[in-house]
Amino acid sequence: MQDLTESILELIRRTSTDLPADVENRLRAAVEKEAPGSAARGAFETILKNVDLARAQSTPICQDTGTPIFYVHYPEGLSMRKLRREIQGAVIQATQRNYLRPNAVDAVSGVNSGDNSGDDYYPSIHFEEVDAGQPLTIDLMLKGGGCENVGAQYKLPNSQLRAGRDLAGVRKVTLDAVQKAQGLGCAPGVLGIAIGGDRGSSYYASKETLFRKIDDPNPDPDLNALEERLTGEANQLGIGPMGFGGQTTVLGTKISGLHRLPASYFVSISYMCWAYRRRKMTVQGDKVSYA
Amino acid sequence: MRKITIPISAEVVRELKVGEPVALNGIMLTGRDAAHKWLIETFIKKTRQPQDDDLQVYAELKKHLDGGVIYHCGPVVAGLDTKDYRFVAAGPTTSIREEPYQADVMQHFNARGVIGKGGMGPKTLQGCQEVPFVYLHAIGGAASYIAQAVQKVLGVYKLEFGVPEAMWLIEVKDFPVVVTMDAHGNSQHVTIEQQSRQVLEELLAKA
Repeated sequence: MQDLTESILELIRRTSTDLPADVENRLRAAVEKEAPGSAARGAFETILKNVDLARAQSTPICQDTGTPIFYVHYPEGLSMRKLRREIQGAVIQATQRNYLRPNAVDAVSGVNSGDNSGDDYYPSIHFEEVDAGQPLTIDLMLKGGGCENVGAQYKLPNSQLRAGRDLAGVRKVTLDAVQKAQGLGCAPGVLGIAIGGDRGSSYYASKETLFRKIDDPNPDPDLNALEERLTGEANQLGIGPMGFGGQTTVLGTKISGLHRLPASYFVSISYMCWAYRRRKMTVQGDKVSYA
Repeated sequence: MRKITIPISAEVVRELKVGEPVALNGIMLTGRDAAHKWLIETFIKKTRQPQDDDLQVYAELKKHLDGGVIYHCGPVVAGLDTKDYRFVAAGPTTSIREEPYQADVMQHFNARGVIGKGGMGPKTLQGCQEVPFVYLHAIGGAASYIAQAVQKVLGVYKLEFGVPEAMWLIEVKDFPVVVTMDAHGNSQHVTIEQQSRQVLEELLAKA
C-alpha cells in the first residue's frame, strides 16, 4: 500500500477544524431552546460562530486538540508497524502546521516534547484486523483534557447513590457524574458509557462507543431506552452550556454493554465536550475518502 | 456590552456583577498549571530558590499584573520558528485546577481579573472579595473565535514550560467574557451547582 502520511495529515486537519454535521445539528437545535438574551443562548451563538470560523479558516475548533485517539481497521496482510509510523509522522506534521497543539508532556520530567511525539500510549492507536480485500479505515477522535478530567468510573453497588447492579443503577451513577461535571467539561457534552469489563477495558469501550453517530439508535432496545432517558434527565439538571444554566446539558448518550467478572460491576463514563471532533478515513486501493 | 480597559481599578471591579457581559481591552498574560505552581513556590511561599531568569521574569510580571488580568489558556501559536508569534486558537482551559493557588497569586500581584472556564471554588471566591478581583468566564472551545480578539503577541515568558503552559503576553481588543464570580461573594457556579443538586436528588428518588 502507498504511504498514507499525507492522507492521515488531512484526516487530522479535518478532525481538528471541521465539526461533524450530526454534532453541529444538535448544537443548532439547542440554541433555539434558550431564551433570547440569556447567557446560555449567548454561549451557543459564540460556539456556532466559532464552528463556522474554524471551518472557513482551517484553524482548530478548540486550542486543546486533546489526545489523538485512532482506531484502525486494517485488512489482513497490512503492516501494523508501518501504519503506526505513518500515523505518528502525520501527528508531528499536523503539529508543525498548527492543526494540533504540542500536547505530549512527559509525566515524570514535566518536559513537553514540542511536536506531539510521545510513547507507546500517545498518540493513542488501536488496531483491529479485518478480512483481506476489505477497505482500511482510520477513525480519529480528538478528546481534550477538560472533558477527559470529568470522566468517572463507578463500582456498583454504590450505597450513597442507592445504585444497584442493574440498568437502574447505571442510570443513577450517570446522572451523578453529569451533575458533578457541571460545566467543567465544556457542556453540553456527549456521554460514552460502558457497563462491565475491567477498569481498563471499561474506559476503553466508553470511548469507542463515542464513535457512534449522535442520532444512531442503539440496537439493544433496553440500552436505547436508557440512552434516551439519560439525555432527557441530564437536561433536566439545568446545567446548560458552559454551566451557565440552560435547557441543554447533554447532546446525546451512547452505551455499550461488556462482559464482566462476577465480582465486578464497573460503569465507566467518558464525557465528550461539545467540540466533539471525530472523522473517518477510508482507503480502498488508491482511493482515499473522508467522512 | 460594557468595555473595560486593563489595567483595571478596584472601583471598576466592585461595580461588576455576576451575569454581566464584558469586553476587555489592553494587555493581559496567559498562565495556567505550571505557571501558577512556579509563582507560588518561587515567589509567594518561597519553597524553591529562584533559578535562571526567574527574578527577571518576576520583575516583568509585577509590572503587567498590577491591576492586570491572568488568562487560563494554553494557546495554539504560529510562528514558533521565526518568533513572529501569532495566536491561532486560544480558548480558556478549566480553571478549577488553580483553586489552591489563585487567590494568593492575585493578592500577591494586586491583579484584578482572572479569565477561564468552569468557575472556581470557595477560596477564590473569598479572594475575589478581599483583593478584590473578578472571575471572568470565556466560552470554552470557542478557540478560533477568541483568537481573533488577540491583536498581537507582545512576548512570552517561560517557554521552557511548553507552548500551552508558557506565559504569553498579549494585547486584546474586545475580548468577550461574562462575569460569573464577583467581588461581592456571588458565584453563578454555586447557584447552578445547588440547583442541579436539588434536581439530581429528585431524579435519584425515582426508579
